[in-house]
Amino acid sequence: MLGAIGVDSIEALFDEIPDRLLCGTLEAMPTAVSEVDASRLMSARARLDGVPTCFIGAGAYDHYVPAAVWQIAARGEFYSASAPCQAEASQGTLQLLYEFQSMMAALTAMDVSNASLYDGASALAEAVLMAVRINRKSKSRRVLVPKSLHPAYRRVAGNIVRNQGIVLEELPYDPAGGHIDPVLLQQYDGLDITALVIPQPNFFGVLEEADTLVEWARVNGAVTVAVVNPLSLSVLSPPGEWGERGVDICCGDGQPLGAPLSSGGPYFGFLCCRQAFVRHLPGWIVGRTLDVDGKTGFTLTLHARNRRTRRSGAASNICTNQGLMVTAATIHMALMGAEGLSRTAASCHSNTLRLGERLSMLPGVSIRFDRPVFHEQVVTLPVAANGVLRTLAAHNVLGGLDLSRDYPELGNAILCCATERRTAEEIEIFTGRLERAVALQGGAPCRLQPKGW
Amino acid sequence: MRKTRAALPELSELQTVQHFTRLSRKNFSVDTALQPLGSCGTRYTPRGADSLAMLPEFLARHPEAPEGHSQGFLACLYDLQEMLRVVTGMQGISLTPAAGAQGEFAGVAMIKAYHAARQEFERDEMLVSAADHGSKQASVVMCGYKVRSIPTKPDGDIDLASLKTMLGRRTAGVMLTIPSGLGVFDRGIEAVAALVHGVGALLHCDGVNLTAILGKVRPGDMGFDVVHLDLHKGFFAPHGGGGPGAGPVGVSASLLPYLPVPIVGLAGDRYSWLCEQERPESIGRLSAFAGNAGVLLRVYVNLLMLGREGITRVAEYATLNANYLLKELMKAGFEAVHPDRRATHEFGVTLRRQVRELEVSSRDISKRLLDYGVDAPATWFPPIFPECLLLKPAETENKETLDRFVGAMKSILKEAETDPDLVKGAPYRLPVRRLDDVRAARDLDLAWKPANG
Repeated sequence: MLGAIGVDSIEALFDEIPDRLLCGTLEAMPTAVSEVDASRLMSARARLDGVPTCFIGAGAYDHYVPAAVWQIAARGEFYSASAPCQAEASQGTLQLLYEFQSMMAALTAMDVSNASLYDGASALAEAVLMAVRINRKSKSRRVLVPKSLHPAYRRVAGNIVRNQGIVLEELPYDPAGGHIDPVLLQQYDGLDITALVIPQPNFFGVLEEADTLVEWARVNGAVTVAVVNPLSLSVLSPPGEWGERGVDICCGDGQPLGAPLSSGGPYFGFLCCRQAFVRHLPGWIVGRTLDVDGKTGFTLTLHARNRRTRRSGAASNICTNQGLMVTAATIHMALMGAEGLSRTAASCHSNTLRLGERLSMLPGVSIRFDRPVFHEQVVTLPVAANGVLRTLAAHNVLGGLDLSRDYPELGNAILCCATERRTAEEIEIFTGRLERAVALQGGAPCRLQPKGW
Repeated sequence: MRKTRAALPELSELQTVQHFTRLSRKNFSVDTALQPLGSCGTRYTPRGADSLAMLPEFLARHPEAPEGHSQGFLACLYDLQEMLRVVTGMQGISLTPAAGAQGEFAGVAMIKAYHAARQEFERDEMLVSAADHGSKQASVVMCGYKVRSIPTKPDGDIDLASLKTMLGRRTAGVMLTIPSGLGVFDRGIEAVAALVHGVGALLHCDGVNLTAILGKVRPGDMGFDVVHLDLHKGFFAPHGGGGPGAGPVGVSASLLPYLPVPIVGLAGDRYSWLCEQERPESIGRLSAFAGNAGVLLRVYVNLLMLGREGITRVAEYATLNANYLLKELMKAGFEAVHPDRRATHEFGVTLRRQVRELEVSSRDISKRLLDYGVDAPATWFPPIFPECLLLKPAETENKETLDRFVGAMKSILKEAETDPDLVKGAPYRLPVRRLDDVRAARDLDLAWKPANG
């Protein structure tokens, strides 16, 4: 091959790089290890972390993923496929994305969906940017974002839209209910508000008065952006049916649809909207069309306003989607069906309620908010949460998320979730451990006396 | 509560498995066909890297798991940060951006934060190479900057004289891809860096093509202040039909405080997350948790197995393959975009002559390649060259595959001379024939609707 090129060494192919820039051997880079050694190292590290019993949710949920999902998604033809630039050679990926869009539209009761974004938080940022583009009547670029929305989502949205003159204004939550009290919105009546973000369920697991909020936004000319858990939509009212006309934009994280917890990613974000706004929808979108013989086929479409062809003035820099995660989610939804998803959702919900019941029987432990929840809830402890959680972790139980950093006003509060994977026995173990851990921190006295005392 | 069940498929497990297996077989992929696609490269992921990144403990790890249950996982990320620091020659790395475009955005946002901290608010322009990827403009606009395009000389290098006249007090930064989107290494890079720094601006590197120079020359040594990597393009993470990607950023000392969070820190022998509290000047987080952790683990295992010898070999074989393919195509009568330059790991071939004489377009030739079982190169990219094919044969392809590709190109050229309609009508052997993109965009059909709805 070197002969064909007309050079005598492979190094000669790099002769356009100025010599003084060459870095030489990178001593700080380790030498190669074999797959056997890599396997030994990775297995040891994996074992170090173990698999504790997880009662943390907070945007990432420990759901069971049927074996078929990843066995099919991991097929080389999906796994190692390039981006579907040549539609004719990517009909598998493209039809699957069309099916994904169809299922997301059905689940959310929205008209259209894109083919996914990075994650739920960045999808919210794109939704906010989209809301500002859609709402031409509004000049203020003020977007109301409730404090009951996931704190990381609020930060991410802020970080991404910060340099475009968009103001994210925090809406407080009701201290008793943990939801947005619609009465609070009256202070904004008649003001120029560009958009209102509505989480459902919110970060605390609490259900918002979605219909009332959507109607307020409609009357006040604000675009509505729903942030939802897709699994919850198998049982809860979908955003496309909130209020009289439904929301304008709906986004969220698709992790509950077949993505393992995997330390926070890869997951995928989804973004759905009304048909009228489809030309403002960022990311890939797949359309059904015909080939020259009149046969049905699928292709990426609507990217005239995307970065692919129109370089200046492109509204979004999104170039790809979360392909493989969407592949898994599509197979997951097809396998589970509406019935399977709603059973999973119901099972998570009843487990979480059961957990709440058991925990709130402990002295000094109570459920923080009095509003209905979906599959996650805030529990108040009689002592500081971090010590208790540390003790539980030492017993291989991740007892929930400590809320003191993001919500110091809630006191000793943790956010707990018991998915369908948690058994009654695990819930009992958690309850027992929590009682002892609280006692250890000098909280309410332990009712169980140690043996032989 | 939901009133009507979502219209999701109702299938048995076998039906689901059969449907998606059938779909997968309609895709071209690295595992099944040569992927010479330039710009948006696709590489083979060793199976070992894949399975070690998916050990059950890693898949089950909750993103909010306490650090006590995360030392194994954090050690992997920390080691990866260090490896990427070494191979890029930068001072610090953040792994968190979810894809190349998000890394690119992070880079621009850090430049913005740097100038803001120095109160240099008059810097409102970002200069971008005309040969660069279209997402740049959007990333720049998202950070509130204006875009100006820097011309390249006919030989593919940046036009220093034009650059000099464009640089000034309003310049915030200059964005280049190295090796460039035209497939050449810019020989004037040191002069570019000196000019840019001379006016107090920063130099931004799109690292999508770093694979071509791994272990040879590093962005840090060339004077770049920030570089972002595309791990699912250049660093062997699976492409997955589009994603998930990962877009780590590396920075020089001047941008260290602004790196996006979270970052993994090491104190003594204990790994920990460094978040907003520990890094108050950070541009913040860009996804809810820590980016696409699963992708990062794959890349880590890959780099472990490649080691310092392996990364250089990747660059050498990729460059060897590209230069060999270029020479063979030139012998076959194809015209190189830069015939007097060394190819890096990709190169452009222009079909201007064939288009003029034979009335077939580069698109027709691409589509005909699909009939030969080869995925098509990028067409019309970079857009400044008409009828250009950008080819990137990965380091893992052997001589026989490359020769087969040349053979296919030769016989398509012959077909174009003798029977141009045959080429214009391609493809014939794929699941669908040429698709009607105009119809897809005009008669939008983005989601399946039930017949009675």
